[in-house]
Amino acid sequence: MAQHSSVRAGVRAALPLGPPTFLLGASFGVLARPVMGWLAPMVMSVVVFSGAAQFAALSVLAAGGAAGAAIVAGVLMNTRWLPMGFAIGPSLPGRAPARAAQAQAIVDASFVMASRGDGTFDRGMLIGATAVQGAAWWTGTVVGVLAGPALPDPEKLGLDAIFPAFYLALLVSEAHGRRALLAAAIGAAVTAALMPVAPVGLPIIAACVGALVGLRRG
Amino acid sequence: MSAVWTAIVALCVATASMKAIGPVSFGGRKLSGRAASVIALVAPALLASLVVYETLNSGGRGIEVDARVVGLAAASAALALKRSMLTVVAVAAVATALTRAIA
Repeated sequence: MAQHSSVRAGVRAALPLGPPTFLLGASFGVLARPVMGWLAPMVMSVVVFSGAAQFAALSVLAAGGAAGAAIVAGVLMNTRWLPMGFAIGPSLPGRAPARAAQAQAIVDASFVMASRGDGTFDRGMLIGATAVQGAAWWTGTVVGVLAGPALPDPEKLGLDAIFPAFYLALLVSEAHGRRALLAAAIGAAVTAALMPVAPVGLPIIAACVGALVGLRRG
Repeated sequence: MSAVWTAIVALCVATASMKAIGPVSFGGRKLSGRAASVIALVAPALLASLVVYETLNSGGRGIEVDARVVGLAAASAALALKRSMLTVVAVAAVATALTRAIA
């Protein structure tokens, strides 16, 4: 079992993420209801539990796209879990099924908060931080679906700007030292350069090359 | 099965597998020094990428510059003033909403 104290620390650290995650979940619920009905968005937020992939799949379905195109869009957004899984893998103990189960707690913010900055990860922190976001994401979706018609357009409220602001705040609090800043600069540049030409998702995975700065000595 | 449910089932399986592949193949290992220094930098590289992506994405291929850029600038100002996470995201949303209301 993960240390209870570090699970609690993860819950505490992730509390500020609760409200914005709830609002994003609500905006997913609002936007998904007319396209997917009331049940499917709630189920999706539990079993897929990935904002970026859910919004990507939803935008395809909303435009009248086929299931295949929606799946490709969602999977491409989520391929970033591959390099993240390889990074966090060595820090997860236990047999393969236990590791696979713990790996389900990998989400962007928790991954960053659990990173100790020395290549290892605190899995209690990972699980605690994900629990907060999971609860907020799902209750947000339910509220968005049920109250949908009564709620204003999420874009009018500027809710789509929460995502980048949230990641920027994490970046400022987590990226210390010259190498981390260089890795971040490379990641940002690679993504900006690929976005106009590469399919959805690829610009984000490609940004991981920024981490190769770690091969430099000193 | 409808397109919606097919997409949900497929994305559930794909997401769970992509998260699990790394930990299943590299669980509980001791890292070499160089691997550890690369892994430590995945988080900042990925975060910077997500900031750019979420600010400029157009819902598909391509870039769309809109009110989110103003929101991000306002968030940066709040961060420079050492405000809390909650304040930072609230400032971003309000600045974006105001820009859209005016434009």
